[in-house]
Amino acid sequence: MTSHQPAKPGNPLKAIFAHRLAWPVIALAALLLLNQLFRPDFLALRMQDGHLYGSLIDIMRNGAPTILIALGMTLVIATRGIDLSVGAVVAIAGAASCAYIAASPEPGSPATALTAVLIAVVAGLAVGAWNGFLVATIGVQPIIATLVLMTAGRGIAQLITGGQIISVSNDNYKAIGAGYLFTLPVSILVTAAIFVLAAVLTRRTALGTLIEAVGINPVASRLAGLRSRNIVWIVYVFSAVCAAFAGLMISSNVTAADANNAGLYIEMDAILAVVIGGTSLAGGRYTLTGTVVGAFIIQTLTTTVYTLGIPPEVTLVFKALVVITVCLLQAPKARKVFARLKATARPAAMEPAKEKVAL
Amino acid sequence: MPQPSTLAPRAATKTAAPRRQLRGNARYAPTLATLGLFLAMFAVGAGMYPSFLSGQVFLNLFIDNTFLIVLAVGMTFVILTGGIDLSVGAVVALSMMVAATLLQQGWNPAAVIVLVLLIGSTLGLAMGLIIHYFDIQPFIVTLAGMFLARGLCYVISLDSIPVTEGFFTGMAQAQIPLPGELFISPGVVLALAIVAAAFFVLHHTRFGRTVYAIGGNENSAMLMGLPVRTTKILVYVLSGLCSAVAGILFSFYSLSGYSLAAQGMELDAIAAVVIGGTLLTGGSGYVLGSVVGVLVLGIVQTFIAYDGTLSSWWTKIVIGALLLAFILLQRLFTRKTA
Repeated sequence: MTSHQPAKPGNPLKAIFAHRLAWPVIALAALLLLNQLFRPDFLALRMQDGHLYGSLIDIMRNGAPTILIALGMTLVIATRGIDLSVGAVVAIAGAASCAYIAASPEPGSPATALTAVLIAVVAGLAVGAWNGFLVATIGVQPIIATLVLMTAGRGIAQLITGGQIISVSNDNYKAIGAGYLFTLPVSILVTAAIFVLAAVLTRRTALGTLIEAVGINPVASRLAGLRSRNIVWIVYVFSAVCAAFAGLMISSNVTAADANNAGLYIEMDAILAVVIGGTSLAGGRYTLTGTVVGAFIIQTLTTTVYTLGIPPEVTLVFKALVVITVCLLQAPKARKVFARLKATARPAAMEPAKEKVAL
Repeated sequence: MPQPSTLAPRAATKTAAPRRQLRGNARYAPTLATLGLFLAMFAVGAGMYPSFLSGQVFLNLFIDNTFLIVLAVGMTFVILTGGIDLSVGAVVALSMMVAATLLQQGWNPAAVIVLVLLIGSTLGLAMGLIIHYFDIQPFIVTLAGMFLARGLCYVISLDSIPVTEGFFTGMAQAQIPLPGELFISPGVVLALAIVAAAFFVLHHTRFGRTVYAIGGNENSAMLMGLPVRTTKILVYVLSGLCSAVAGILFSFYSLSGYSLAAQGMELDAIAAVVIGGTLLTGGSGYVLGSVVGVLVLGIVQTFIAYDGTLSSWWTKIVIGALLLAFILLQRLFTRKTA
């Protein structure tokens, strides 16, 4: 997934630490270990009624929507953009599909559930195309272009639900967020499938390189004959569709659409996951695996709070402190200081000076 | 020689070609458009509802939005340097919680206010230092600041705490009479004083010019020998201070502290600044524009309250649509003047 930095022969440990994913993975491992220390059965998985159970599965299942959105966000950020509207898309997708199911003549049939999913995806496509239009064609800064829908989107979702929480009862629809397939929760499988799809599409074809090119230098990539406009469209549409799937998962998990609270602040979690995973907000090089690790870190943090018996109201402070620490450790300046502290004779391959982008 | 100002030099361009003058006007265009929109909305409101056209309805726009005006002032400084501060809403809530808790324990209100202002500025200072010295995007740092401040609110209390202290309730009920049976609240006076101070600082001090210079081009500002570091950190301190003041004003207004208060207020503040004509890339915009932006948001809410049949979510949709309209307008003007 990621381009490995040249490993120095003879010192495998250093090569591991030099890897981009080293710190996020170490952080995740440390968090999991901490949990294991406090609850010896933490890492254990058990089979029950043909379903896998365990804290790890819980972390993956609860984290699935965030991972999904963070995947889309990674590609958007790689083009030097940002998508603030994903939380609103989650609300719109959930509202549209639940409103459809509730109003349909056969609220329980598989066909209705399928149509509801299609409606959510189409809503995602439409929102993504709109964001892409504003960013690529009109040339609005991504942060403001998506701020429009972040503000208005929740209003639209409330308009769809009429300000109510719409409850639905459709077993097929419920399966998306709460069902099991091949012993694993469906939401994990869907997320994994989209991850593999995104990874293959961007790393086994030229698309990934093109996305990075647009992020590193939009003007140069355009002059090199790259249709950067189309690339930007693609990433925003992908991000919104990912958010629509996340919206389906969230609403189907509780079999209700809550326009106010579904996906609230999920854009923040997703952006944090991307940053913790090691993708720079300045665009360019990105790592999908890192993003997934980042999202796991965020979800594990929440779980850790419960395991350690920290009162839930402290969760946010705890999360903020961890986020600040991870961000500080990853800041290029901090890394330079570390490199200097090590004071090895080997001239460390410094991170190239990061280009600053006004956010 | 008049004092150097960041406003367009009107007197100096008198002899220049008309085209040059157009450019000068184009700088004000987004702000003037906002003002025009505000007047148009007021006129439409007056046409639809006879009671709309009263001085008190206009003054209520200020009374109900004092905290948002102060927040927008702080946000304007940050956005002018090309940064952003997402923590303001959470800092407002934290200020309210701290104030309500300490007042309940019988602290002196003056001491409480001083402490709250200190907390707000310290949070801003910490974020500014991290943004500058670690070179992390303001977006991420202030996002973490938002989590931290909101989390501290939860730590203080999950329940709403009423404020019954004499000074605060006095401020909540106080009315300053104006001629014509109109009145304003003391908070409005404070908010307008802050706006006036911000206007003076931005347009008539060295600090203000540096703020614009950093937003225009940070590297150039650095090469020109301007105090980029101090200024960049100071704008976040200012924003934190403004958030704390807004928190106090909101306490006067709501007479309680609640950890979920002011949720999404950072978005309202950013929307007001953008609608007021400030470019999110920094370097261009006016603090008075942001005040008009707040008034536009306020009149949207007044409209919906007057109508009675429209549901509250229309506020969000209308604000989103306004944001869009002003962004497109900005694109139009920046292309023309570029």
